[in-house]
Amino acid sequence: MTPQRAAVLGTGQTQHRTRRTDVSMAGLCREAIDRAMADAGTDWSQIEAVVLGKAPDLFEGVMMPELFLADAIGATGKPLLRVHTAGSVGGATAIVAANLVRAGVHRRVLAVAFEKQSESNAMWALSINPPFSVPLGAGAGGYFAPHIRSYIRRSGAPAHIGAMVAVKDRRNGALNPYAHLRQSDITLESVTASTMLWDPVRYDETCPSSDGACAVVIGDQEAAEASDRPVAWIQATSMRTEPTAFAGKDHVNPQAGHDAAIALWAAAGITDPLEQIDVAEIYVPFSWFEPMWLENLGFAEPGQGWKLTEAGETRIGGRLPVNPSGGVLCSNPIGASGLLRFAEAAMQVMGRAGEHQVPAARRALGHAYGGGSQFFAMWVVATTPSG
Amino acid sequence: MTEIAVIGFAQSPNERHSSSTTNGVEMLVPLFHEVLAETGLRRRDIGFWCSGSSDYLAGRAFSFVSAVDAIGAFPPIAESHVEMDGAWALYEAYVKLLTGEADTAIAYGFGKSSAGDLRRILALQLDPYLVAPLWPDSVSIAALQARLCLDSGLVSEREMAEVVARSRAYALADPKAQLSGHVTAEELLTRPYLAEPLRAHDCAPISDGAAAVVLARGEVARRHCARPAWITGFAHRIDSGALGLRDLTRSPSAVAAAADAGLDPATLDVAELHTPFSHQELLLIRELGLGDRVRVNPSGGVLAGNPMFSAGLARIGAAARHITSGQADRAAGHATSGPALQQNLFCVLESR
Repeated sequence: MTPQRAAVLGTGQTQHRTRRTDVSMAGLCREAIDRAMADAGTDWSQIEAVVLGKAPDLFEGVMMPELFLADAIGATGKPLLRVHTAGSVGGATAIVAANLVRAGVHRRVLAVAFEKQSESNAMWALSINPPFSVPLGAGAGGYFAPHIRSYIRRSGAPAHIGAMVAVKDRRNGALNPYAHLRQSDITLESVTASTMLWDPVRYDETCPSSDGACAVVIGDQEAAEASDRPVAWIQATSMRTEPTAFAGKDHVNPQAGHDAAIALWAAAGITDPLEQIDVAEIYVPFSWFEPMWLENLGFAEPGQGWKLTEAGETRIGGRLPVNPSGGVLCSNPIGASGLLRFAEAAMQVMGRAGEHQVPAARRALGHAYGGGSQFFAMWVVATTPSG
Repeated sequence: MTEIAVIGFAQSPNERHSSSTTNGVEMLVPLFHEVLAETGLRRRDIGFWCSGSSDYLAGRAFSFVSAVDAIGAFPPIAESHVEMDGAWALYEAYVKLLTGEADTAIAYGFGKSSAGDLRRILALQLDPYLVAPLWPDSVSIAALQARLCLDSGLVSEREMAEVVARSRAYALADPKAQLSGHVTAEELLTRPYLAEPLRAHDCAPISDGAAAVVLARGEVARRHCARPAWITGFAHRIDSGALGLRDLTRSPSAVAAAADAGLDPATLDVAELHTPFSHQELLLIRELGLGDRVRVNPSGGVLAGNPMFSAGLARIGAAARHITSGQADRAAGHATSGPALQQNLFCVLESR
C-alpha cells in the first residue's frame, strides 16, 4: 500500500523581525495563515484540520498556546494537533499535516508554525539545567561549536568556508522581502572581522533570534488538480530520531540524518541527489552546518561537502543552490524555521519565490533538524507527483 | 478499508509522588518491556513511535528528548512527539499506519504532575494577555462549570457524589489505581468543599504516571494478539479557548468528535471517559446520549488516578483491554485537554 498523493497548494509567512510588538501571538500566526490561504486560493470552509507546531512553550511563557489560539488559527470546531519535535518541529508539522492527506483522512489541511521569541529569552529557556542532564551552558552555539571544530579537523576544510556560507546566505536574504536580516553589502572581510562568539562561529555566522510564523495549505490530488496555479507535489517525506548522546554518537555526521536521507531519496526515486535535486532549503543555524549537512544528506561524500561551498556551487546559479531564501542564518523564529525551509522548497517548485527564485527548479528538498543533532525531518517537493 | 487494532497496553502505577524524575525514562522502560512482552514484538519491529508530554509540567524545555532514551533509539527510529496527551500521539500513530508507511506503532505519554503546582501550571494554558494574569486555576474553572451545570438543573451534587463512589469501588479491581475503596454518596456529601460546589473527591487526584499502547495493522495484529481491539473510528475536535464564548454546560467538540468516530450508544458496551471532575462525567454522558446499556468508566476512570499527558491514552488502553480480555465487544476510549473539556477525542473499538 502506498500513500495517497498530496501537494502544497499555497504558502505564507510573516515579516520576520527581532520583535514583532505590533502583533500578538494570534496576530503573528494569522499574518502567515492569511497569506497562505490567499496563495492557495482556498477559504476556511475547505480547511478540514489544523496542525500547529512550535518549539518549547517556555519561549512564550504559555502552556500549549494552541488551546487559546484555537479561534485565531481557524481550528475551533475542527481537529487540532500540536506538534513539538525541538528544532525540527516545523518540518515535522508539515509532515504530520501531509500524512493526514496522504492517509486519506482529510482533503485540505492547514499547517502553521510560529515562534515569538521576543516574549522571552531563548538562551535562558535553552539553558535550564534539569537533573541528570548535561548542561547546555551558553545556548545552542556553545553546544554545536565543538561539533563544528570536529568537522573542520576531520575534513581539513579551510577556515573561510563558514564565512563564505554566511556571505552567500545573507546576500540571498537581501533578495527575500520577508527575511529578518537582509545584508546585500556583507563581505568575507566583514564576516571574518565580526566578533568570535563560540570558536569557530563568529557573530555574522550565527542565526538571529526572530519573531515569525509560517503557514502551508496541503491538499489531496483532487484539490491539487483543481488549483488554478502550480502546486508543489509532495514526492516523499522522512523523519528519524536518535538519542542526544550515547557511546559512538557521531555529532558531525549523525546516523539519524543519514538514515532519514537514504529513506527520503529511496521514496522519491532519487539515486543521485546532487544531480536530481535542483534546490535545497537546509536547516543551517550556524554557517558551518551547510557543508556538514551536504555530506549527511548525501550531496557529497564525507569530508567533501565544503568543496561544493568553496566552488560556489551552493549559490543561486550553482549546481545545487542552498538556502536561496537566506535560510535560518537570516530568519530564525525557531518553531517556524523548519516549516519555512519546507515552504521555501515548495515556493521554488511552484515558481513563486520572487527575486530568490532558482530558474527552472523542478524538484526541491526541505530539511530541518533539532535537539542535539538527533531529530531530522525532510521532504522532497516537485512540479510533478512522481519522477 | 485499512484494518488497525490496539493489541497492547500498559500503564505505570498512578502515584501521588513517584520516585521517577521528570524525564519519563524510569517510568517508560518497564512499560515498553511489558507491552513488547505482551505482544511478542521486539523493539526493532516497531515501525513508528509517538509520544505525548508537556514541557510546562516538567518545568523544562524539550521534556520529551530524554524520554527517547527509554526506547534505546539506535539504530535511529521513525519517531514524533505531540505537546498533548498521549491519546493524540496515538492518533498521529494511527494516521501513520493509515498511510501504509508502518505496520506497527507504539504511542506513549508520561508526566510527573507532582513536580510542580498543577492547579497553577494549568492556569498558564489560558489566554496570556487577558485571562492567565488573573491566575484562574484549573479547579476553580471546573468549579464554575460545575456551578453552571447545577444551576441549570443538569446535574445534582448527589449524582456527582455517586459518580465518585462508583469510581472508587470500580478501582478496587485495579492495582494501578491511586484512589479506591468503599464509600457511600451520603458520606461523601458530608465532606467540605474545596472550590464550591466541588469537594476534593470531585476532582481527580494529582498523579504521576505513564502509559503505552501498541497499534498494528491487519495480519500483524492478528498474529500478535488473540483478540485485537479493532479501531472503527478515531476523531477529535476542539472548542474555542475563550471561556466566555462557550456554553460550559455543553461540549460541542465532544459531540462532533464522537459522531465523526461513529460512536453509537445503542451498540456500545463500555465507555472509558477522561473526565477529571465528577460533573464532567455526567455532562458527557448526557451530551453523548449514553444509556443504561453502556458501562461508564469500569476501570475507575481518572477520578481514581489522573497522570497528566497519559491519562487520556490510558482510557483508550483501558477500553481496548475490555475487548482484548473478552469482556466487551464494542468500547470507546475518550481523552480531553484544555480547561473545562475544551478539546475532546474518541477512539471506538470492536472485536471481530
